[in-house]
Amino acid sequence: MTKYIARRILWLLLVIFVVAFITFLLMHLVPGGPWDREKQLAPQVVENLNKKYGLDQPFLVQFGKYIWGLLHGDLGVSYIYQDRGVTSIILEGLPKTATLGLVAFLLAIFIGIPFGMAAALRQNSLVDYSSVIFSTIFASIPAFVLGILLMIVFSVFLHVLPTGGWGGISYIIMPAFALAAIPAAYISRITRASMLEVIRQDYVRTARAKGLGERIVLIRHILRNALIPVLTITGPELATLISGSFIIESIFSIPGIGRLFVQGVFQRDYGLIMGSILFYAFAIAIVNLVVDILYAAVDPRIRYD
Amino acid sequence: MEATATQISARPHHTLWGDAYIRLRRNRLAIAGAVIIVLIIIGAVIIPYVSPYTFDKQDITAILEGPSREHWLGTDSLGRDVFTRLLYGARTSLAVGIFTQIIILLIGIPIGAVAGSLGGKTDNLLMRFVDVMYAFPDILLIILLRAILGGSIFNIFLAIGLVSWVNVARLIRGQVLSLKQRDFVTAARAMGGSSGYRIMRHLIPNSLGPIIVLVTFSIPRAIFAEAALSYIGIGVKPPTPSWGTMIRDGYDVIFAAPHLVIFPAIAIAILMLSFTFLGDGLRDALDPRLRK
Repeated sequence: MTKYIARRILWLLLVIFVVAFITFLLMHLVPGGPWDREKQLAPQVVENLNKKYGLDQPFLVQFGKYIWGLLHGDLGVSYIYQDRGVTSIILEGLPKTATLGLVAFLLAIFIGIPFGMAAALRQNSLVDYSSVIFSTIFASIPAFVLGILLMIVFSVFLHVLPTGGWGGISYIIMPAFALAAIPAAYISRITRASMLEVIRQDYVRTARAKGLGERIVLIRHILRNALIPVLTITGPELATLISGSFIIESIFSIPGIGRLFVQGVFQRDYGLIMGSILFYAFAIAIVNLVVDILYAAVDPRIRYD
Repeated sequence: MEATATQISARPHHTLWGDAYIRLRRNRLAIAGAVIIVLIIIGAVIIPYVSPYTFDKQDITAILEGPSREHWLGTDSLGRDVFTRLLYGARTSLAVGIFTQIIILLIGIPIGAVAGSLGGKTDNLLMRFVDVMYAFPDILLIILLRAILGGSIFNIFLAIGLVSWVNVARLIRGQVLSLKQRDFVTAARAMGGSSGYRIMRHLIPNSLGPIIVLVTFSIPRAIFAEAALSYIGIGVKPPTPSWGTMIRDGYDVIFAAPHLVIFPAIAIAILMLSFTFLGDGLRDALDPRLRK
């Protein structure tokens, strides 16, 4: 197990390195540089700026320096916020993006699993049908469309929630629900399918036959086994949720990392683009790693070595 | 006596596709999805000939009007007819949905087929590259590529296609690997069938079903990506309407004229839902294990 984890972490670092390289390469192909302004800067000024930020050096030297900095926790300089490093800008956005992601993730789990369970325990009932229909509908509406529809209902018509910004709980309700809808829909679908399969297993019948209470059978025998497939899709779903958060942040004006990325793209701020992409790639990779390790921990049939 | 027994137990002959069609027709949601998609396509094609308005005709006497008999879905902040713009926007969405799939298939099929049939080091290398592509936050990479490529709508197809081919490559590789082991392919090879024959007669027909299903699910994702690009302002150039751009423009006046945001948002939701229903139906219909 330790060996497996060590190998996965090495692979993760390699992937991050390749992601960094590709992104770096792509950014250097962008026509125009960070010094393109409405009012053109004098060539001498541009040359000096390039020199100051090391942009006049060969590509590989620049990349090497970037990676060296990265290893020391330094994400380089931002060309927009000239007096600040990207690390500190990202760290400022991080709590907002992380809070939003975490709340949305918990919502997805606490909505998805109970609905899936209820549907499976009462197969072909009204509860089941409505759960299936709702999960299909919510699985195919993009988060930003749902976010906007929520905003129209709760901010424009009902005036109960703010349209955007960052502050108390009221600011996080709509964006979190918008983000949680798709994962919740998939989680409830998988929970339902997997519960239906487990309820028919021999060990469940045996557990009932030997006189165990319905609660114990449900928790110890059905849930423990039924939730394993749910765990496997949690990783990819959480990844979608993470990368979907940037557009939700734009809609609800949340000053998180996603907004920094959009800003970076518009202003050709290499440092910001690089920092935010690496943040997202790293977050997704970590989530997948944790899910795979948990997978082995909950299912004794799986052993990595 | 024996002959009658055979006749009784034999099922009527159906081809895979005929069978799939019958099962698809029984799936009401899938049919509803297909009908809505066809209606939207028809609407998008005929709109210039039937609408008294064009997508860029401004009317300063009718600004931010709600739905009325003249303007079915109201007008926007430049007095343009929202219904007309919505159907022109459908052209953008459908074009993105379809053309990106061509790019995705053109990249994904060769890579998957090469990885699957050559195996060994080539396979390993290609699949590791696919893993790296999975590690990228896809929508962010699409935005970055779009910013790099700039230019026309074709570059939007390209940006989405360059990021989204990985699923096709994985699927084709898996198909090639599993088919290589199958008895009927071994038989075809034993009887002297050339590799070209095996590809045409076995690989392609056997992979077509899963590819169709994958494409049906991949279309709404491309439509979403374009809407997201347009929403943040690097999609199709105005005044060409796109549902994403319409939502963005409407967002500025969301309190004064919420209909400007509601209608394109609902349009995106309906189109994506229709493709999902159709995809679910196709998946069930084309699954050979469900054949009767």
